[in-house]
This record gives sequence, C-alpha cells and structure tokens, in this order.
Amino acid sequence: MRIVVLLKAVPVVGNEKLVDGWRVDRSAGLEANGNDEYVLEAGLKLIEQHGGELVTLTMGPTPALEAIRKALAMGAARAVHVQDPALAGSDALATGRVLAAALSRMEYDLVFVGADTSDGQGGVVGAAIATRLGSPYLSYAARIEPDPSAGTVRVRRISATGYDVIEAPMPALVAGTQLLGEPRYPSLRGIMQARSKQIATWSLADLGIDASSVGSGASLTDVDSATPPPARAGATVVRDAPDVAAERIVEFLAARRLI
Amino acid sequence: MAGEIWAIGEIVDGQPTRLSRELATLAASLAATAGRGARSVLVGAGAGDAAQALAAHGPDVLAVEADTADRPAATVIAGHVAALVREHQPSFLLVGASNDGRDVAGILQALLEWGTLVNAAGVAWQDGGPQAEMSVFGGRLSTLSHLASDHGIVIVRPSAVTAEEAAQPGRVERAEPSDVPELAAVRVVERIREASAAVSIEEAPVIVAGGRGVGGPDGFGVVEDLADALGGVVGATRAVVDAGWIGYAHQIGQTGKTVKPALYVAAGISGAIQHKVGMQLSGTIVAVNRDPDAPIAEFADLMVVGDLFEILPRVSAAVRARRGG
Ligand SMILES: Cc1cc2nc3c(=O)[nH]c(=O)nc-3n(C[C@H](O)[C@H](O)[C@H](O)COP(=O)(O)OP(=O)(O)OC[C@H]3O[C@@H](n4cnc5c(N)ncnc54)[C@H](O)[C@@H]3O)c2cc1C
Ligand SMILES: Nc1ncnc2c1ncn2[C@@H]1O[C@H](COP(=O)(O)O)[C@@H](O)[C@H]1O
Repeated sequence: MRIVVLLKAVPVVGNEKLVDGWRVDRSAGLEANGNDEYVLEAGLKLIEQHGGELVTLTMGPTPALEAIRKALAMGAARAVHVQDPALAGSDALATGRVLAAALSRMEYDLVFVGADTSDGQGGVVGAAIATRLGSPYLSYAARIEPDPSAGTVRVRRISATGYDVIEAPMPALVAGTQLLGEPRYPSLRGIMQARSKQIATWSLADLGIDASSVGSGASLTDVDSATPPPARAGATVVRDAPDVAAERIVEFLAARRLI
Repeated sequence: MAGEIWAIGEIVDGQPTRLSRELATLAASLAATAGRGARSVLVGAGAGDAAQALAAHGPDVLAVEADTADRPAATVIAGHVAALVREHQPSFLLVGASNDGRDVAGILQALLEWGTLVNAAGVAWQDGGPQAEMSVFGGRLSTLSHLASDHGIVIVRPSAVTAEEAAQPGRVERAEPSDVPELAAVRVVERIREASAAVSIEEAPVIVAGGRGVGGPDGFGVVEDLADALGGVVGATRAVVDAGWIGYAHQIGQTGKTVKPALYVAAGISGAIQHKVGMQLSGTIVAVNRDPDAPIAEFADLMVVGDLFEILPRVSAAVRARRGG
C-alpha cells in the first residue's frame, strides 16, 4: 500500500508573528497542521497493518522542514517538499493546482489530506485536488478502511445527520478528521532514523508550472484591511459561596438581557 | 447586465437547510445593492418541493431533480452547478460552510478555476464585488477581503445573516443542465442516523459547554440541565470528546466547530487556545471554574470561581424560577 499524506506547515495557533499589520511571518515557528497529523497517524497505522510506504508532500517555505522532519520521525518513509520563492502568497486555487501537479508525478493508492487548516481555514484544497486528478474524493473521514485485494477504500464520513459509509476504487483521496485518533509522539529511535531519510525538493520548474500563475501576484483573493476584534473589558470575578454566586450570575445575565 | 449572484443550497430531510435559507436572503440583499439578479440553486432528490420553501426568501430558484440515494450529495450538486454556471454565466456563487458545502466549493473551484473567499462571517457588497469578513490567526484579527476578479466563490458561515422571508416569493424553475461534468464515482453504502449528530451548535443563541471539570459522562447532567433552562444547547471541549463523554458533534474549537452565540457558559473548561479560537467571538462569556487562574479568566466577561456541581444547579433553578414567576 502506497500512501501520500499532504502535510501543511502552519504558524502555531495563537502565537502567530504578524508583520505589516496582518501578514503572518512564515520565516519561523511553523508546525504541522493539526488535522494533517491525524491523517498521518491513520496512514502510519495502515502501513503497519498492510505494509508499504508512506510519503509526505508539503508545499511551503524552508521553515516547513521542521514539520516535515517530525513526520519522518513519526514514521513516514520519505518526504517531498515543493518549495519555490514564487509560491509565497499563493491562494487556495494555486495551492490546489501545484499540489495536484506534484501528485501526478507520484505513485500512490491513497492520498490523505486534513479536513481543514488552522491558518487557511478553507477545507477546500482536498476536493479541488481530487477534482483536478479525476480521483474519487472521500471527505470528513472518522475511519478509513482500505481493502487492498478488492482495490477499494471504505470511509465513515461524518454527515449532518450521523454518518455515511462510503466506498470508492483506489487510487482515491481521503480527507480526515480528529476522530481518526490521537497522533503518536516521535520516539528517540524515530528521530535518529529520520536524519537519514530523504527529503526531495521540487521547484515549480520541476513541476512544469509557470511562476506567474502562482503566488501573491496571481492570487484571486486580496485582503483589504485587518483589525483586531474589539477588546473585552476584562472579567468581573465572583468568589462568593454557591448561593450568592448563582444569584450574581443570574443578575449579570439579566442585566445583559440574556434571560 | 452584470452576472447574477447565486446561492447554492442544500437539501436535508427533504427541506432546504437553515444555512441555505440564509444564503438566499444574503444573495437577495447583495443583489439589491449591486443592481444585479439573484438566484438560488437546489440540486438533489425532491429539489422541486424543497425549492418551493426556499423561494419564500425572494430569489427565483433553479431546481434540479437528481438522484442522490447512492452518491455523496456534494459531487452531484457540484457537477450540476458547474453545468448551470456554463449555461447561465452568473458572477458569484455563495456556498455554505457546511461539510457538503465545503466539498462543493472545492470541486467548483477546480472545475471553474474561480477564486474563493473562505469562512466568511459576513458579506457586504463593496467596489463591484462581494467583500468577506473573516476571523483569522486564532481570532487575533478580523480581515475584510475581496475577489481580484469579476467571478468567484464565497464560502459563508452559518448565521452570517438572518434568513428572512421576502414580501414577494421567487418563482421555481425546473432545470436540466446538459453536459454535466462526470466526477469520479463514490458510492454510498449505508447512511446511519445518530441523534447526537443532529445538534446544530453553530446556530444556537445560547451554548452551555462542559470540559474535563464535569468529571465524567454523568457530570454532563448539570450542564444539560442549565442549557435546557437557558434554552440553549450543549457544547464541549476536545478533552471530553476524546474521553468519550460526549459526541464529536458537540466539540468547539480548532478541530471542532466555531461558534458565536449571544451567551457562552464555560463550565469546568480551562480555556486552552485551541478551545478559545472556536468560541472567543461569543457575545457574553461566563466561566465557572474552581481555579481562579485558569486561562479562561483572561477572556471571560464573568469569572465565577467555584465548583460547577454546586453552582450550575442553583443557576438552573434560579433561571427557571424567574421564567416561571
Ligand atoms: C491540534 C490540536 C487541536 C485541538 N483542538 C481542540 C478543539 O477543537 N477544542 C478543544 O476544546 N480543545 C482542542 N484541543 C485541546 C486543548 O489543547 C485542551 O487540551 C482542551 O481544550 C482542554 O479541555 P478542558 O478545558 O476540558 O480540560 P482541562 O484543560 O483539563 O481543564 C479542566 C478545567 O476544569 C476545572 N475544574 C475541574 N473540576 C472542576 C469543578 N468541579 N468545578 C469547576 N471547575 C472545575 C479545572 O480547574 C480546569 O481549569 C486541541 C489540541 C491540539 C493539539
Ligand atoms: N501548502 C500545503 N502543503 C501540503 N498540503 C496542503 C497545503 N495546503 C493545504 N494542504 C492540504 O489540504 C488540506 C486542506 O487545506 P485547506 O483547504 O487550506 O484548509 C490540508 O489539511 C492539507 O492536508
């Protein structure tokens, strides 16, 4: 079984360094996107079960290497890093185009993506890539069960009313959620082994993509302004005994017309 | 005339979803400001009937009957919408930020090569196009963004607008687009209903959320009771979802849902950043926590220091007494 996991390196939530007012500084302090670690974990378990190889694919600047190395230490066999100065400021549309081009140069039975990213918040890149590749797309996975002998994959997909069991032939693209289970910590041995694992770096030229079709210049979305939300006044603290405390909560809610 | 603004709806249990109704209202109001046409689109089994309900919000509805019994709705919707877009040439598509909506938007983005504004908490008409308001970087900033082209997709969060009925309902027009793009087939083997999945915490005006402080699945009893007294729904942290005390549909935060109720009561919740990003834009935040130094004290409006098992039942009783008397 060959699995490619799409791993985005994102700024640490709540700790983003902002420059020019609203641009996030991606020159340091990136970590693997939370949802991407869940699908990575699910992929590693499947490789342990079925054998094969798990490769990560990341598009991002040099500091993304920290997240890539962690994935290698967790158990990925090797990594592909798409990196090009022209990619800075790419929108979701360009990201989907670039990652689809990279995947079309790789061999796999399954591609895993996270349900969404903590910085982009789009949750659209996976569906866009699957559409470009003409692959089946199975999203919001809480469980992923490939059947290598039948050449199919089954997914438990979270729906508005419960869940659906959906199935498609492989190769297929699966978008996964936290319900896949807690990611492992890299072991000391894993960290040592990661040092000799291969990280291939691909440029836009390697992918045959015109630099003018990506990056901030080609982005079809632009930010007009960024402002901090109105600050909260600071909490009123209540330390009274339960009877009085409850009374004070009710008075507070009533004063704000919430009850 | 400049291209129309379309609201792409969803059908659940034979009815347009609340988010679809909100999108129809939003499309109508943007179109009125822009001097353009608005339309809703519904694709799926029973689209004709659901379209009658959706038309009450103003825009005419294009209804496409399509079989969704054994295929995920998103692939069916996206394929038909792409074909309708080629036929009618609208300028902007409003798509809901639901699971199916995000899938539809991603597929359409690739099929149409259109720019996409994601996660809009509000949409206005500005300089000839939609301008989306979005909360970014863990809520530290609120951005306004626009599309750099005269076409595009806007993914709109629940409750960005209130759905309103129009004085003049729209007409329903049956459509049967041709040349629907063929998307790779995914088969639905089984659909399972789960009562716990049906909570719509993203739409609730009041949320009472419980964290590890509730101590166990039974501890949610006092949380549920207060939610009931306040006319709200129950939310949760990831810690208690991971522990299996309550279903994932209730989880609020980075890998759960983002909510913006008028009132958020956090009981036994420390206020970790990954939880904060999902609820910090709530109107009023009341925290009940034994630990006066819990991080939630930094962004609550009322910080009540004490045991939730002693305080919550008393608040429920007092709220009920007030209502009753
Ligand atoms: C990638 C990633 C994604 C994540 N996504 C999410 C997410 O979406 N949502 C989320 O919530 N978390 C998320 N987390 C987890 C988050 O970091 C915290 O671990 C979690 O929010 C803590 O939950 P808690 O507040 O219930 O538990 P704790 O942090 O253990 O807090 C329990 C609180 O209860 C108080 N308490 C205990 N007993 C009582 C009592 N009897 N009365 C009153 N107070 C009491 C304690 O003082 C304490 O403050 C994520 C983490 C990661 C790494
Ligand atoms: N730059 C990137 N590199 C690798 N994977 C990515 C990148 N951007 C997005 N993805 C994948 O697509 C998923 C959804 O991203 P998004 O649509 O941006 O929320 C992520 O969870 C990743 O798995």
